[in-house]
Amino acid sequence: MAYQNYVKKKTPVHNLPMNMAKAFVTGGLICVAGQGILNYCKSLGMDSDTSGSWTSLILVLVSVFLTGWGFYPVLAKWGGAGALVPITGFANSVAAPAIEYKKEGQVMGIGCKIFTIAGPVILYGVFTSWALGLGYWILREVGVIG
Amino acid sequence: MIRGAQSIAFECPAYLVSSASVAGTKEGEGPLGRMFDLVAKEDLFGENTWEEAESAMQKEACQLALRKAHLKPEEIRYLYGGDLLRQGVATSRGVEALKIPMFGLYGACSTSGEALALAGMSVAAGYGDYMLAVTSSHFASAEKEFRFPLGYASQRPLSAHWTVTGSGAFVVGKRKSPVWITGITIGKIVDYGLRDSQNMGACMAPAACDTILQNLKDFERTTEDYDRIITGDLGYVGQSILFDLMRGKGVDIKSRHMDCGMTIFDQNLQDTHAGGSGCGCAAVTLSSYILPKLANGEWKRVLFVPTGALMSTVSYNEGASVPGIAHGIVLEHCKGGLE
Repeated sequence: MAYQNYVKKKTPVHNLPMNMAKAFVTGGLICVAGQGILNYCKSLGMDSDTSGSWTSLILVLVSVFLTGWGFYPVLAKWGGAGALVPITGFANSVAAPAIEYKKEGQVMGIGCKIFTIAGPVILYGVFTSWALGLGYWILREVGVIG
Repeated sequence: MIRGAQSIAFECPAYLVSSASVAGTKEGEGPLGRMFDLVAKEDLFGENTWEEAESAMQKEACQLALRKAHLKPEEIRYLYGGDLLRQGVATSRGVEALKIPMFGLYGACSTSGEALALAGMSVAAGYGDYMLAVTSSHFASAEKEFRFPLGYASQRPLSAHWTVTGSGAFVVGKRKSPVWITGITIGKIVDYGLRDSQNMGACMAPAACDTILQNLKDFERTTEDYDRIITGDLGYVGQSILFDLMRGKGVDIKSRHMDCGMTIFDQNLQDTHAGGSGCGCAAVTLSSYILPKLANGEWKRVLFVPTGALMSTVSYNEGASVPGIAHGIVLEHCKGGLE
């Protein structure tokens, strides 16, 4: 353990407040873009649900293009979690393996490896919703919540 | 002649007859850019996949080294080669066309040391007139193998290394040349229990320290006997740890230490964080930068210590630590070797 602690002291790390500020700006700008798309869709007369779906679709599409052109990694290098947490980061994590593993074939490459990064998010995301749903159902059955 | 616990001093000389370095675009833009024999126009080297690109680099490096030595592949007795990819596939595919009897090696980023040691031993022992040692690494194939697809957006830690795209090949033989291998110190696996594969410098520094101290002990030398002690790819973090570890043992190498990973890239301009790494890092730096200085006599004797972090994607997912290894190669200027 002594060596681990020593190495920890010796190893430089990113400046946390600076990283948080950059993430705030990047994530904020992506959300502003999303809001802009949403407002535009609504101005075309779409209802909230349809506008929301279009917003997600467009953000994902843009992110996939930016990944293909190699720009999204540059954005994330600067913006950190601000680029990773929004839906565009999720799209990047699916598009990047698809591009990289295409050479290994449609099935063994793209098919098997497209979710190597996003897979855990999907699995545990679904599992967490199930666990919360179960908790909600139990609390309702016993009458704790209406 | 066996020296100490881990070393051999060659009684019959093993000369570095020729060498070649092939490097990628980013390396070409770095401080050593003009010194490489060949810099790729694009990192796919005209191939379809990163793995094929790495093999193409190896093939090119081997052919260049052979051409410089005026040798045909059939004049090479054995080839010692390795890379970072699973089952050493870049080497197998890269040297296939040469039809030289070969040994495939794996020592992570220390492989160039392993290959040179074995090639030197084979020549010194009289098992052949010429041996070929070759190693390679490719940034994109290594990222894919050990980390993430290239397009994946993530923030690299400051302790992370940048895998060098490059391949170095060396003809070791009996024909006189200005540089020879006079001895080797083969390293042990040294594990200080570190689990951070993104801090390879810290994982490898203890191994480098162990091998350097063992070399000094086995050959009964001090650091002053070497013009340079050159580690493979400890990087900025690993170098400062190595200094501390050595100082703890009462040896100061600060004034004569050089690290290939810190030499090959410009840390500030090229955004390579801790420095370069990979089997190609030490190999192309040796070929392009170190050997010319030994050949012209600017340096008389150096200790070349490529360092490797011995992990696999499975081992670190399973929580295993990342052990290090380092091999010491004593390279000397040979007076009259130009004859």
